[in-house]
Amino acid sequence: MILVCLILIPFIGGLLCWQAERFGEQPPRWIALGTMLLELALVLGVWWHGDYGLNAAQGAADWALEWRAAWIPRFGIEVHLALDGLSLIMIALTGLLGVLAVVCSWHEISRRIGFFHLNLLWILGGVVGVFLAIDLFLFFFFWEMMLVPMYFLIALWGHSGSTGNTRIQAATKFFIYTQASGLLMLVAILGLVFAHYAATGEYSFSYEALRHTAQNELSPQMAWWLMLGFFIAFAVKMPVVPLHGWLPDAHAQAPTAGSVDLAGILLKTAAYGMLRFALPLFPEASQAFAPVAMGLGILGIFYGAILACGQHDLKRLVAYSSISHMGFVLIGIYSGTELALQGVVVLMVAHAFSASGLFIISGQLYERLHTRDMRLMGGLWGRIKGLPGIALCFVAASMGIPGTANFVGEFLVLFGTFGTWPWVVVVASSGFVLAAIYSLFIMQRVYFGPAKEDTPLGGLDGREIVMMLGLLVLVLWVGLYPGPLLDTSEAAMQNVERIMTLEETPAMPEETP
Amino acid sequence: MTSLLALSPLILVCATAIVVMLTIAWRRHHDLTATLTVVGLNLALAAQLLAWWQAPLDVTPLITVDGLSIFGGVLILIATLACATLGHAYLEGARGPREEYYLLLLCAAAGGIALVSSRHLASLFFSLELLSMPLYGMLAYTYRERGALEAGVKYMVLSAAASAFLLFGMALLYARTGHLDFAGLGGALASAGGDGWLLAGMGMMLIGLGFKLSIVPFHLWTPDVYEGSPAPAATFLASASKVAVLVVLLRLLQSAPAIQDAWFHSLLAVLAFVTMLTGNLLALMQQDLKRLLGYSSIAHFGYLLVALVINEGMAVETASIYLVTYVLTTLGAFGVVTLLSSPYGGADASRLHHYRGLFWRRPYLTAVLTVMMLSLAGIPLTAGFIGKFYIVAVGVEASRWWLVGAVVAGSAIGLYYYLRVMVTLFLPEPGMQRRDATTDWAQRAGGVVVLALAALVVLLGVYPAPMIDWVRLMAAT
Repeated sequence: MILVCLILIPFIGGLLCWQAERFGEQPPRWIALGTMLLELALVLGVWWHGDYGLNAAQGAADWALEWRAAWIPRFGIEVHLALDGLSLIMIALTGLLGVLAVVCSWHEISRRIGFFHLNLLWILGGVVGVFLAIDLFLFFFFWEMMLVPMYFLIALWGHSGSTGNTRIQAATKFFIYTQASGLLMLVAILGLVFAHYAATGEYSFSYEALRHTAQNELSPQMAWWLMLGFFIAFAVKMPVVPLHGWLPDAHAQAPTAGSVDLAGILLKTAAYGMLRFALPLFPEASQAFAPVAMGLGILGIFYGAILACGQHDLKRLVAYSSISHMGFVLIGIYSGTELALQGVVVLMVAHAFSASGLFIISGQLYERLHTRDMRLMGGLWGRIKGLPGIALCFVAASMGIPGTANFVGEFLVLFGTFGTWPWVVVVASSGFVLAAIYSLFIMQRVYFGPAKEDTPLGGLDGREIVMMLGLLVLVLWVGLYPGPLLDTSEAAMQNVERIMTLEETPAMPEETP
Repeated sequence: MTSLLALSPLILVCATAIVVMLTIAWRRHHDLTATLTVVGLNLALAAQLLAWWQAPLDVTPLITVDGLSIFGGVLILIATLACATLGHAYLEGARGPREEYYLLLLCAAAGGIALVSSRHLASLFFSLELLSMPLYGMLAYTYRERGALEAGVKYMVLSAAASAFLLFGMALLYARTGHLDFAGLGGALASAGGDGWLLAGMGMMLIGLGFKLSIVPFHLWTPDVYEGSPAPAATFLASASKVAVLVVLLRLLQSAPAIQDAWFHSLLAVLAFVTMLTGNLLALMQQDLKRLLGYSSIAHFGYLLVALVINEGMAVETASIYLVTYVLTTLGAFGVVTLLSSPYGGADASRLHHYRGLFWRRPYLTAVLTVMMLSLAGIPLTAGFIGKFYIVAVGVEASRWWLVGAVVAGSAIGLYYYLRVMVTLFLPEPGMQRRDATTDWAQRAGGVVVLALAALVVLLGVYPAPMIDWVRLMAAT
């Protein structure tokens, strides 16, 4: 029942915010904050009380919590929610970034506040639904549903670009990309369901039943095509390079809270989808596909990093750097070793923190300078109190300096992949050089160099300091002591690894850190 | 007696038409006429239950009452009820005679109900004309508007041409087989094989029916007629009229499976493919909401054709579910247009810029239109998603990958223009156009109807099990 509450709380909170607007500007903000804090508290409570280190018997899924009810009996569709270590981490992340998103838009959003928070909370509700749904229909339902509020968030509260209507164009592009690829996933899901129907004579969208069918009943060719359907849907959202066209625009035009949600959580739903669905459903096809995925990952690392070096818009730069980071995630996922998969989880969390931090910083710079163009900045080190130092820390995190969470994640990914794909690791590692270049570009162009003006700008207020320092503490905590995180996701990742390597033993004996 | 009970919905609608006619002759009174109409339609809707207890029953060689006809009849009656209520709101401030609209509406509804019960080419033609003739009048009802008159005349001329094709096709089929009833025709076609004259006859019938459904090469009238005609008449054309024709086409294909020979089958598949893509592509750049809805309805009937092409497995269930979601959504979308156009004379408020910033003036009406647009686009939480899901499912089940691909591509293209409408509703309004619904719209019957439709669309999107059960019950009879 607590799982249903986790999904419903943001939805109900959103409706309350919408209606609370009639009482003034502040009530929607406080209601939204309270909703997300309640959500976060609930997740942390679940985390505290549950034990996620357990490892179930071979092949069996081990859900810490489960809830199911019939929904559309005609097709055997159920409202089937389940929670394991991986989903728990992702939901906790959602709750945390939800709080941040509300707090960071406290002053930024001044129009239609109630409706804004309705959309913001509904995105978060949809994302929580994605992380909990185990019935494939329900998963698809939430997967598509969360696009609508995100669309409104970008289209209505976004920043207009240079020419008139770009925020609407960006939002439309985002929606069409993700919706069209989502339909491909629906086709793949249905292909699987009808294969199951042909084999057993009953309809089911349940994860377990379909996994059984996918591994036993499908011809390799069919499995390949269906896997591709899932992969493309997740690859668009992630984004993997040839399908990334929507991301820079969407980030550049979105309000800060939208960027935080987009980079912090929405991109993670794709990696989560691969870990939860694409790999376990089609292990053989995925293994056959791994070389392509690795290639795409490397392409993403370099493409994202090189384009990031050439951006003038701070948010676009961070957006391209996200593409680069997601390349590492993709490599880690398809390497299929437990070490790399654990690294993927840490890297997802770390990237959520560092990218959100950088997006919030660019939002704060925008509030003060009314531009995000780095050519118009420069010399801000002496003009803003507090912000440059914090920015330096987040840039360092994004670069993967030891001691930050990103370092742990990237290290584990590369270390875990090295056993099976040494050359991929060698090539991918040189991506760090580029990461250092664009990260230093940020510091150099924004904070150093000759100042354009001498007037000091407003320093950080209490709200901003608490928000940024809190995020920073988390980055360092995960960087220095990732133990709790790794323990929580361990069982789930071992499961994925076991499924991936069911047919063949790993080429190298596993080493544990 | 059982036959009379089975036909009671049709009889009640016809009786209401006569009562309304006499009332108008006795005394012109808008509210009275509308009330009589709505009462009669509600009685007919209730009488569908009586008919359901008798079904399945062949009443005469011409008419049959079974699950499919009751399904179609219920949809038509619901759509007609909505059109009557919206029409009342629309005509309230109109100049000229207002009462005859209900008379025409009732006659068309009677034609529709007869059409879905037809099992004979004679009753098919007769009821199709009964459905179309009053529509000429309804489409040109506000004849002082240039657009409406043009729409009426255009629909009349092209519809007559389509009827001629239909008749010619029937004549060819009769000449070769000697049968006019669906079952006999199906049997004769199965034994005759691929005879050239038969194929020509079936092709011509397809042209005639395809015109009414605005399948692609025969769709040219749709946007003009939708744009020009008064909103409630366009609503009826888009909902009840199309439901009736699609149901009879479904029955024709069901009772004469031999029609589906290879050549004809691939022709239908090509038409479905072209219809989906053309409808969506042409809708992209429209500046008029009614015109856009016209193109979108073309695309939606392309999706529906997919179910007809496959015509096995879940096809009937799919077509029925899709029809339900389509009718509810179309009624809602046109309902909002009607309410906004209501209190004024002149052309309807259907240009997109009329809707700019509507949210900040009429939040609930905008919410209704947003839900309808999302439902047309097939986004989860709305009934349209369930319909889209069924269409993709039936395509995947039959492994018709080209058609599935076209559905996916069409939906992706379609998103663009649905989103355009949606975002227009929310944009702030510089130099806004003051075309607006009356302030008390929510208390009026029309407002209640659109709000109820929106609630229904969301409800069925979240919990579609009752709708699926009902449709399966109807399909099983």
